[in-house]
Amino acid sequence: MPINFVVNGKPATTDAPPETPLLWVIREDLKLTGTKFGCGAGLCGACMVHIDGKRAFSCQTEVSEIAGKSVTTIEGLSADSNHPVQKAWLAERVPQCGYCQSGQIMSAADLLKQNPKPTREQIVEHMSTNLCRCGTYQRIVRAIERAAREA
Amino acid sequence: MNMYINRLEKAGVSRRQVMIGAAGLTFAIALGGRADAAAVATERAGQALSPWVSIAPDGTITIMSAATEMGQGSMTSLPLIIAEELDADWSKVRIVPAPVNEKIYGNPGFGGMMYTAGSNAVTSYYKNLRLFGAQARRVLLDNAAKKLGVPVEELSTEPSVVVHAKSDRKLNYGEIAAFAEIPAQAPEVKPDELKKPASFRLITKDVMRAELPHKINGSAKYSIDVQLPGMLYGAVVRAPVEGAAPENFDEAKVMAVKGIIKTVKLPYGVGVVAETPWAAFAARRAVEDSVSWTKDGKAWGFDSENGLARFSATARDPNAKVTDWFKLGDVRSEMPKAASTFEAEYLCDYAYHSQMEPLNGVASVSPAGDSAEVWCGTQSQTMALEATANALGIDRSKVTLHDTLLGGGFGRRGPRDMDFLIDAVLLSKAAGKPVKSMWTREDDIRNGRFRPLSAHLLRAGFDDKGKLAAWQHRLVGDRVTPFADPVRYEKAGKKDFILMLGADAKGYDVAHQLVEQVYEDTGVRTAPLRGIGFTANKFATETFVDELAYHRGVDPLQYRLELLSKTPRGHKVMERAGQMADWGRKREGHGLGAAYIDYSGTQVAAVVEISINRDTGKITIHNVWCAIDCGTAVQPDNVTAQTESSVVYGIGLALTERISIKNGAVEQSNFHDYIVPRNRDVPPMHIEVIQTDNHPTGVGQMATPLITPAVSNAVMNLTGKRLRHAPFTEERVKKAIG
Repeated sequence: MPINFVVNGKPATTDAPPETPLLWVIREDLKLTGTKFGCGAGLCGACMVHIDGKRAFSCQTEVSEIAGKSVTTIEGLSADSNHPVQKAWLAERVPQCGYCQSGQIMSAADLLKQNPKPTREQIVEHMSTNLCRCGTYQRIVRAIERAAREA
Repeated sequence: MNMYINRLEKAGVSRRQVMIGAAGLTFAIALGGRADAAAVATERAGQALSPWVSIAPDGTITIMSAATEMGQGSMTSLPLIIAEELDADWSKVRIVPAPVNEKIYGNPGFGGMMYTAGSNAVTSYYKNLRLFGAQARRVLLDNAAKKLGVPVEELSTEPSVVVHAKSDRKLNYGEIAAFAEIPAQAPEVKPDELKKPASFRLITKDVMRAELPHKINGSAKYSIDVQLPGMLYGAVVRAPVEGAAPENFDEAKVMAVKGIIKTVKLPYGVGVVAETPWAAFAARRAVEDSVSWTKDGKAWGFDSENGLARFSATARDPNAKVTDWFKLGDVRSEMPKAASTFEAEYLCDYAYHSQMEPLNGVASVSPAGDSAEVWCGTQSQTMALEATANALGIDRSKVTLHDTLLGGGFGRRGPRDMDFLIDAVLLSKAAGKPVKSMWTREDDIRNGRFRPLSAHLLRAGFDDKGKLAAWQHRLVGDRVTPFADPVRYEKAGKKDFILMLGADAKGYDVAHQLVEQVYEDTGVRTAPLRGIGFTANKFATETFVDELAYHRGVDPLQYRLELLSKTPRGHKVMERAGQMADWGRKREGHGLGAAYIDYSGTQVAAVVEISINRDTGKITIHNVWCAIDCGTAVQPDNVTAQTESSVVYGIGLALTERISIKNGAVEQSNFHDYIVPRNRDVPPMHIEVIQTDNHPTGVGQMATPLITPAVSNAVMNLTGKRLRHAPFTEERVKKAIG
């Protein structure tokens, strides 16, 4: 039974087995490779997407759970990389290797949607879900503060 | 990468889906991921002025990038060095990864291999790239002089424009490229004709890193993102011990997985090939549930806890078989003459790279097995090509490499045998189709190649005035270079530099120094890991220096400054870090610790501020102050970013990151039991880059080894107790402070 859902505003369908992690359907079926595989266990946040507007680990979400739901990936966060978080990310020169950054940006966008003026402590706690091995954490916090200011 | 893009375009993949090399300040138009996104560097454009530089009539300047990009910024900073001497308009520059041609693009720091490691890309290429840029500029000037009918001496340049001030005439680089004749021999440029630092327009000025705009919208491509028509998915269950081979597994059960195509028995494991990644991972699990291994391989029976105890005993064994790694003066005759001596021991565990992109590779081997194309994020284009050729038994000219961005390297993506790429090569050969082979995080840890286990015995001898006269460091450690790169090990005269570097007291005024190595081979897989030998060795030496200060009753930072009296640049970074930290000011319930390193010429020093929860043993780091002098800081903000990054990596190694081995196998499996720093674990980091006109030296890992000793020293400052076994896990801290 194909599963129907919406990705970045467009209808999508998959015939992957129901228990398949959404991550692999997004990456290898839909070819939206901005969402990354990091741990497969909900421990690193590289796979973060938005499901019905809230952040979720796509590696911990089975495709059967998203029937009829709306998924946003990094590719769909904005039309022209102009989401305030993306702009702030460049202004603060956040990425290094860049591999975790899609997930970081999706987490940050989720935070600002829920809480447009977070405190520094709230930023740090929210963003501690996502690992960055290049250690860009200080710049991530600065970028979110900037995005909150400039949004 | 360039050819990779072309190939994908032929295969009907749109440009926005593929890796880009869009350069510099043109990033604004590259944003957006639209199908018509411009600024994608697919090919060299226009006339080749040299193998490094081409200029198109529209003024586009294509510059080759010889280093691979893993977040350190070399893809920007190396071409920028050429652009500086070329006097290029940076907004017109496009960066294209260089093809594998060692004669032209090889790293002078690694005997001409194409290899990005050791934080030495800028250091090693700097001189040559400036010269190549200046030569290309001279070609433009000579052509302009001929065209304008004026002596070349009357010409000058502004970014991408040749100016004849006398006649108020100008020719832009694109116009010149349209008619330029390229000399058969590169023009001679003398060193004193290169730009003076005062006239730099790019070097020492920050630009946007070329690939950064693609790292905020998902369009940056890593090898794990490669998609090829008809591609299959592979996974491999490797033997837990290097050298062991698969015996049996339940083939029927594996072949019952929906979507499985075949199993492949490899010399070192069992591979599976499937139609989808989920089928490949399901089949991988089915193999894992049933596979048994031969007892070949050295590490069976090895236990890292017992192993370290044995290393420690060996360090104290007068009959241990030692080789001299480093000698200055004559410690063996001076130490017995010392008025007093002091001795201490330090221990260090295995540690794992934990790069965020799990290892993977993509290969398309021809049906006859006589040629191959491979896609891989590698630290060495040379090794990737050669390892593939060796695995297939073909000439390397039959292999085409498409190198992509790396989702972290840290030393793991540069082993001589390219283990992760060879999985894909062998599976593709067996399947007769292109295969993307991916490691799970569990594979990545269990097949990890680690910072080695080591025990360090240090002894200091003081003369009758209390001056530090003799320094002896005996290091018992698991071999690294012979395992990670046997070729370089042989070339280096069987010197295990990855294990041993940093074990001396470089920078400090100590007349007699001896570093001894006791060679150990446990059979455990090892590799260079960010900071290489320095991470363990500077933990030992910089904690030891602190102990000597306490022993002499001197302030530990002041003691370092005294020892650095003959190393002005080292003295300055240590002094500056102390000032930044307001070293003399006591903080209630907090401790301060200092450390200094001369790391391949880069001078770096830090002070950390910590507190301890005495109930749990948890150390909290509150601030890190760090001063770094890497000579000419080619991209200062990136030096700061790399230093922040190095500090965070150092925090993990200091506090939580620990691999343990039981019966030869790795005990950890994912981020729940291999704990790397998260956002909440990272304190404010105060980094100061001290610009000097010295030749640029490395920045990508220099601060990492500062953190473990600085934290140990801060714990001493707060509690009066020494931590001697890294990492400083909560259990160990609790035990140490009582």
